[in-house]
Amino acid sequence: MPTDLTAVQAAEAVRAGELSATELFDAYRERAAADDLNAYTWVADAAPTEAPPADAPLAGVPVAIKDLFCTEGVPSQAGSRILEGYLPPYTATSVARLAAAGAPLLGKTNQDEFAMGSSNENSGYGPVLNPWDRTRVPGGSSGGSAAAVAGGSAPWALGTDTGGSIRQPAALTGIVGLKPTYGAISRYGMIAFASSLDQAGPLTRTVADSALMLRHLQGADTRDMTSVGLREEIVLPTAERLDGIKLGVPEELSGEGIEPGVRDAFERSLQLAEELGATVESCKLPHAPHALSAYYILAPAECSSNLARFDGVRYGQRVEADTLMDMYTRTRHDGFGPEVKRRIMLGTYALSSGYYDAYYGRAQRVRTKIAEDFAAAFERFDFVVTPTSPSVAFELGAKTDDPLSMYLNDFCTVPMSLAGIPAISIPNGLSDGLPTGLQLAAPAFAENKLLDAAHALEAALGFQRLDQRETVA
Amino acid sequence: MSPVEYEPVIGLEIHVQLKTKTKMFCGCELSFGDPPNTHTCPRCLGLPGSLPLPNARAIHYGLLIGMALECELAPRSIFHRKNYFYPDLPKGYQISQYDEPLCGPGRLGDVRIHRVHLEEDAAKLVHVGASGRIHASDASVVDFNRGGTPLAEIVTEPDVTSAEHAREWLTLLRTTLRQLGVSDVNMDEGSLRCDANISIRPKGETQLGTKTELKNMNSFRFIERGIRAEVARQEEILRNGEQVVQETLHFDPRTEAITSLRSKEEAHDYRYFPEPDLVPVTITSDMLDTARAALPELPAARQERFEALGLQPDTARQLAWRSELGDYFETALQANGDAGSPQAVANWVCNELVARIGDEDPAGSKAAPGAVAALAGLVERKAVTPNNAKLVLDKLVNDGGDPAQIIEAEGLGALADDGELEGIVEAALAANADAAEKIRGGNMKAIGPIIGHVMRETKGRADGGEVTRIVREKLGL
Repeated sequence: MPTDLTAVQAAEAVRAGELSATELFDAYRERAAADDLNAYTWVADAAPTEAPPADAPLAGVPVAIKDLFCTEGVPSQAGSRILEGYLPPYTATSVARLAAAGAPLLGKTNQDEFAMGSSNENSGYGPVLNPWDRTRVPGGSSGGSAAAVAGGSAPWALGTDTGGSIRQPAALTGIVGLKPTYGAISRYGMIAFASSLDQAGPLTRTVADSALMLRHLQGADTRDMTSVGLREEIVLPTAERLDGIKLGVPEELSGEGIEPGVRDAFERSLQLAEELGATVESCKLPHAPHALSAYYILAPAECSSNLARFDGVRYGQRVEADTLMDMYTRTRHDGFGPEVKRRIMLGTYALSSGYYDAYYGRAQRVRTKIAEDFAAAFERFDFVVTPTSPSVAFELGAKTDDPLSMYLNDFCTVPMSLAGIPAISIPNGLSDGLPTGLQLAAPAFAENKLLDAAHALEAALGFQRLDQRETVA
Repeated sequence: MSPVEYEPVIGLEIHVQLKTKTKMFCGCELSFGDPPNTHTCPRCLGLPGSLPLPNARAIHYGLLIGMALECELAPRSIFHRKNYFYPDLPKGYQISQYDEPLCGPGRLGDVRIHRVHLEEDAAKLVHVGASGRIHASDASVVDFNRGGTPLAEIVTEPDVTSAEHAREWLTLLRTTLRQLGVSDVNMDEGSLRCDANISIRPKGETQLGTKTELKNMNSFRFIERGIRAEVARQEEILRNGEQVVQETLHFDPRTEAITSLRSKEEAHDYRYFPEPDLVPVTITSDMLDTARAALPELPAARQERFEALGLQPDTARQLAWRSELGDYFETALQANGDAGSPQAVANWVCNELVARIGDEDPAGSKAAPGAVAALAGLVERKAVTPNNAKLVLDKLVNDGGDPAQIIEAEGLGALADDGELEGIVEAALAANADAAEKIRGGNMKAIGPIIGHVMRETKGRADGGEVTRIVREKLGL
């Protein structure tokens, strides 16, 4: 079956003439159209009329795109009702780059509204189900992208990660998720949540697939002043050993608050890493315990401003009213979900005159400290490793009434976002039959090294993905 | 007890639309008067996912302004977001600068500059319906052509001391900006807009009074009148023993009425924070060199040059600060070998010509620069009396022409030095024996009727000084 192939394999098969790009697209299109996880908000009607050129590096391997990426003429709603039916007049740079490399748009994937959430239950278009257990969440905010890849309806997907929104759902669905260095990939056309943290990245079946997608995503973009690209071309990882590699395990992110089953799986992986030749030592990120607090000031502050444009004046939904203020109020009241409103209020408060220094200013200083903590750790270690998520996928509704416990899902992923460094989550074995994730973080721009190490661990772990299990069954 | 005398303390905030080819943060062309919403793109419409890109030319213009205003130029400057909701603001925030502006403290003339920063202009709201104003309009629509136009905001220290001072200084600023070529500085089209922060205090006090902000006055004359009206309003409040309330005000030039737009309590909390979509602007030595090389002659330097020609400082300043007068003056000097001395030409331009054309550009006047210069020369050579020369200038301004020909045709030439005048003076003395007697007694003021007699007889062609000399001679003084 063409859908059994990884993206790297599928691209090779098409280029070798063993598989037609249209056949590949149709196989996935059929699956995506039949998706019953609510992973998609839109699915392409048909394969692109023009086949990709024979030498296109991505050879027609279709890609599922998180809803918040603008796609010309295709609904781009960022999981929000306020953008219901919004058809952008242009396409995001990252999506255009994938298309130019030969990866056509398969569908748009469901997500937490404006990427705010860790369970995909904040979508204005309904929750996404975890293909491992349909009573459980797939994580978020790139939950649709993760469920599509884990469930086998997409070979790979594009997501975004602001505080863990690629890595955490990848962990909870047993796939690979990579958040590159901040600035590696253009944000042009990505509907913003928190501009200084948002970063696009791949959700894939394998580390090699992530490397392949990143190769074609990365690069400075004249349309995004904050994009810088990577300093070297991404190569497909080949390492099988970790000889000489030093892994640092931050005490602050691997002890308290981690579920026992997740911790067991994590410790087994550390042992495996040592068997592969790595040395594993504990290290300190003294300010990491404050990361979540700083993040929940900075991200809401930016979002309160980024989401001001959804005012009903020019596009999206509008609730008519007699006065301008009433129109604004009702449009935003009806258009935004509760979590988005909560964060807008938090952020508005944090930026208010008289509170700015105490909140925003202080959070920025914490952010700097966290980056310094990582820099110090990377003087001794090649990578910092942690569990990706402190728990396995939880049941739908379990945390919707308790925002703080929901926020704790990102406890291990937020520090890397604040520091702007690359981090990858790879499948790390099961706990009670559900996937757990292993996170490796590297210094900025060290993506090739990071992918190599993740590849070696992935091979040694020998994790069987859900799509492989289902095929066997 | 004499009443307390108050002095105004005024600071100005000037918004200047920069004359770049494209907008501040996108590639749309600037336009004026084009059909609505024909110069827009995802960036200046604030569409989801779009990102700003700063305009290098606008930064260059900002540096030119900073240099012309002798500002400290920061090596690094950052943009902030100024957050508020309004339909003319498509992102819900304006990208502006806050605590790290492009240009720091400086000076222009006798007013210190607090800062100069760059920002983007809002779009234009058009109120549809009978009145054309926001109240009682049927609907408001938005034209985003203007949205995103680069603006430089120039903020002065509170060094302006009167309405007249404000107008005079703004003239200098406008001239400076025009010479720099960074803006059309046209108040009618909104490329130059001015707000004034006004307070008053008892003369001699150092403590500042409560200020009010007078918004968006759209001509220099309205600014002058608005400030004058607001100063008078504040004086009346204080004289009545009441307190000035800090608020934002609107001046209606038609009714001279000042109305409140919003009080301090209603003031926006703009929630400024660093714009995360832009990286800091680093000012390189190359950028500074380029700007320095592009600086034209500025009014201060021009004034110095005029003074070196022998002009009085006041005249030199008037010509340098109103560049169109300066240009006219320089053309006049070059036009004619028979021109008067520079000071004489300058006096005719600054006093008599300005009295006749007001704020209009003299380049558009029928009086050619060369003709005015020639007239000044004729006066200097006593070929025409100053009074008759004013009649000649009236003709020049109304119909154009050559002063020598006008003098000839109208018979306005000064009397030749041939004894004719002496006879007329003698007749005048005889006709005004009383006055002659008083003069003889030492009362020179009594000469008036005699000069008047001579002027009537000569139709103004006599030189007043010469008449006085002959009178004294005849009376043996």
